[in-house]
Amino acid sequence: MTGLSWRSVLRSPGARQFAVLIVGTALLACLPYVLPVERHAVAVRTLTFAIIAVGWNIMSGYGGMFSFGHAAFFGIGAYADAYLLVSHGISPWIGMLVGGGVAAGFGVATAYLLLRYRLAGAYFALATFAFAQMLLLLVSNLDILNKTLGFNIPILRDSSWAMMQFEQNSNNYIWIPLGLLALALAVNILLVHSRTGQYIMAIRDDETAAESLGVPVMRYRLVAVAISSAITAAAGAFYTQYYLYVDPNTAFGATVSVQAIVPAVIGGIGTIWGPVVGAAVVGPLSEVTATILRDPPPALSFLEGKSGLDVATYGILLIIIVLFLSRGIYGSLAERFRR
Amino acid sequence: MADKQSPTQAAVRARIGSVPVPSGGLLTTASALAVLVVLAIVYAVGGQSPQLVTQAIITGILLGGVYALVSVGLTLIFGVLGIVNFAHGTLLTVAMYLAYVLVTSAGINVYLATAIVVPVLFALGYGIQALLLNRLMRPGHTAGQLLVTLGLSLLLANVLLLIFGGFEKTIEPPVSGNLRIAGAIAPAPRVIAFAGAILIAIALTLVLRRTRLGLTIRAVAAHAQGAQIVGVDVRRVFALTFGLGTAAVGAAGGLILPFLAITPSTGEQFTILAFVIVVLGGLGSVRGAILGGLVVGLVQTVGGLYLPGTRALLLVFAVFVLVLLFRPQGLFGGSS
Amino acid sequence: MSLLDVRDLSKHFAGLRALHNVSLTVEAGEFLGIIGPNGAGKTTLFSTISGQLRPTSGRVLFDGKDITGARADRIARAGLVRTFQLTRPFESMTVLDNVAIAAHAYHRRRSAARDAAAEVIAQLGLDPWRDRPAVALPTAGLKRLELARALMLRPRLLLLDEVLAGLVPTERAPLIDLLRTLRDQGITVVFIEHIMAAVMALSDRVLVLHHGEVLAQGTPAEVTANQRVVEAYLGEEFLIADS
Repeated sequence: MTGLSWRSVLRSPGARQFAVLIVGTALLACLPYVLPVERHAVAVRTLTFAIIAVGWNIMSGYGGMFSFGHAAFFGIGAYADAYLLVSHGISPWIGMLVGGGVAAGFGVATAYLLLRYRLAGAYFALATFAFAQMLLLLVSNLDILNKTLGFNIPILRDSSWAMMQFEQNSNNYIWIPLGLLALALAVNILLVHSRTGQYIMAIRDDETAAESLGVPVMRYRLVAVAISSAITAAAGAFYTQYYLYVDPNTAFGATVSVQAIVPAVIGGIGTIWGPVVGAAVVGPLSEVTATILRDPPPALSFLEGKSGLDVATYGILLIIIVLFLSRGIYGSLAERFRR
Repeated sequence: MADKQSPTQAAVRARIGSVPVPSGGLLTTASALAVLVVLAIVYAVGGQSPQLVTQAIITGILLGGVYALVSVGLTLIFGVLGIVNFAHGTLLTVAMYLAYVLVTSAGINVYLATAIVVPVLFALGYGIQALLLNRLMRPGHTAGQLLVTLGLSLLLANVLLLIFGGFEKTIEPPVSGNLRIAGAIAPAPRVIAFAGAILIAIALTLVLRRTRLGLTIRAVAAHAQGAQIVGVDVRRVFALTFGLGTAAVGAAGGLILPFLAITPSTGEQFTILAFVIVVLGGLGSVRGAILGGLVVGLVQTVGGLYLPGTRALLLVFAVFVLVLLFRPQGLFGGSS
Repeated sequence: MSLLDVRDLSKHFAGLRALHNVSLTVEAGEFLGIIGPNGAGKTTLFSTISGQLRPTSGRVLFDGKDITGARADRIARAGLVRTFQLTRPFESMTVLDNVAIAAHAYHRRRSAARDAAAEVIAQLGLDPWRDRPAVALPTAGLKRLELARALMLRPRLLLLDEVLAGLVPTERAPLIDLLRTLRDQGITVVFIEHIMAAVMALSDRVLVLHHGEVLAQGTPAEVTANQRVVEAYLGEEFLIADS
């Protein structure tokens, strides 16, 4: 039963998921060639959402620890990148790694504080929201991080892989987040099929039972948080490099936390592909709503020039999905086909 | 998320007023004393003129009263329903805009408008619970509850944004001018807000302690299943409670409109503050919410003497972290 | 040296004395039955020993080592394992994956853990349910699942909390036979049970708990003849199993 014949490997669910990942990544790599240049930004944004959602899903979906403050990790990644690059000339790739490390550290520290007394899920969620706001406030008041002005990434004359900067519509701006997403999903798949991942899920299902079966609850919860925050921080670092600008609100604002949650919920919490499916819905959605607001159909003419339609739609979607399609779009389909 | 608890563990979880915390009165006295001590220190060695300190204290108390009212609603909803209402601050914003519309387009006195807003917000809260949240009241659906209230807060805030735009709106307060309290300036609108807030908070406490409705609510808070067995329509009580919570918020909204400029995101700040206050006071403790509100108001204004601008909020957050570190159940919560 | 040595164990909640100065010893290879009216503190006793609850006072020694107030997962890995009265399957997982969680205490790799789990599942007659969601199991299956997970941890001492509750007589007999074989495997068992026939049949000794205190200890015959024990049960339904 444990023999590694080709057939047994291919039959294992993990291998199948990896196959889907490889094929999917290859297909999406062709995006820059099929998509008109004006649509590149949407693709980049969608991919970034997907990374953040995958990150969020590990801690909240698989780990059962709902985070309403994932902006904290995104922002740490964004600022680590910006600060190290602008103030010290360090490569954004290093910045990304450092950001991931710092985010993981921050996540573990705050999660430990909250989990120590086995505080209930809702309490935990709101506390994470408060922590993200704290970070926003803190960063807005630190001279070393330019307070509310944030950082402008100096534009280089030539493209540079080392400095993660290319000419404006470079295909690399799609391939890099795609690569990060594929990496995040690979980690996710490996996790789910490992002891660590199984422990994390058991703790989510019933922490008392898990502990009674020898699972060190706190340790594995913190592992989930660390992985989750590091992945999200990586997205933040890339974001800084793409938009060449970061300030406290863009990095740590509640909108980012919402963007971490909504795709995962819509697609399916606690599934591998759910966050990706959800991002594919949410990403283009903000484009559609932006277009409606710019140039509304006659029936909706009162909307012209306003803002907020995209997030309002997120709100409606969240409510509808939770009430009527609790496993999310992908989750419900997967359930249907499994039966 | 797993919500299983053994009956023993469940019994130990403190809820509104129903589990006697023997040190309740003692804690109130002790915290009041602690606050007085800190204030005395600030006067003595704080390096600020006594007038400034007094001014900060007065402003802080006035502010704290309003915070208290907002937080009482939140703690009520949590204590009875176990729901952390993420949309609480947004509902406050809705109340404020509603009052604003009544004042600017119908020319109604803002305090009269408040009287109108309160039942409207009650109905809104009742509807939210009855239509959206009641189906998620079974154990294991905490995630769903969280997400629905989050979705609601996003929807409401952004509908307000779509309708009113992002620019600040203010109204002319009907009663202006200042009172003098202990030598400090107390703007009339703020004093009225404080008085109104405290009155309503006390009224709410009385309803909970002395009326039959209050008893029913506390029974449901203590043991929903048990209450159901003795014939209580639990779902209706849930909706009523949520409505009460949002009604409190409605009152607060109308009361603070005279001195606060509103934008669709004004409520967000209140959600956080209300949450910190509720944590400080103990989830589910109305008395704790009132006291916590006053404390946080004071921390913000007295702290503002040393950390100008938004930095004072950092101090509030520091309190939050300290509470989490040393007494996560808050002042009046049950032992963990 | 006794395998389990509980000394003056007390557990107080706010105003409630769930356990008070409970002392008992369990020798290796014994079957100790714990009986008592509802609310006597039997499950609290288990929880305080196995780490789900912290004792207010007293000590617990397992094989000579002090485990008082130790973390539940450490106690489980040390060989003291308990099952729960209300079964606690991992709802998102299959029966196999449920048991594999426990198997991971000894096997790092997924495949090894799942293989080991499959073996125990077969031994406990759960094979037909192996790849089905654990929540689909009927009560009898859930009880076996609890047992399977516990056995996966290679316990030296097993605390079984009403493992027969909720089963009809025809389901009970095979489980009782199964419990008997545990002794042959060298596992010491302490079990809480209401079904007197099972207690009489399986126990070497019986301990009676009442209002959080030890009322009586001895052989099954001694205990059931004890006047105070009979009095304590007056007004309680005395479950005499008919299997």
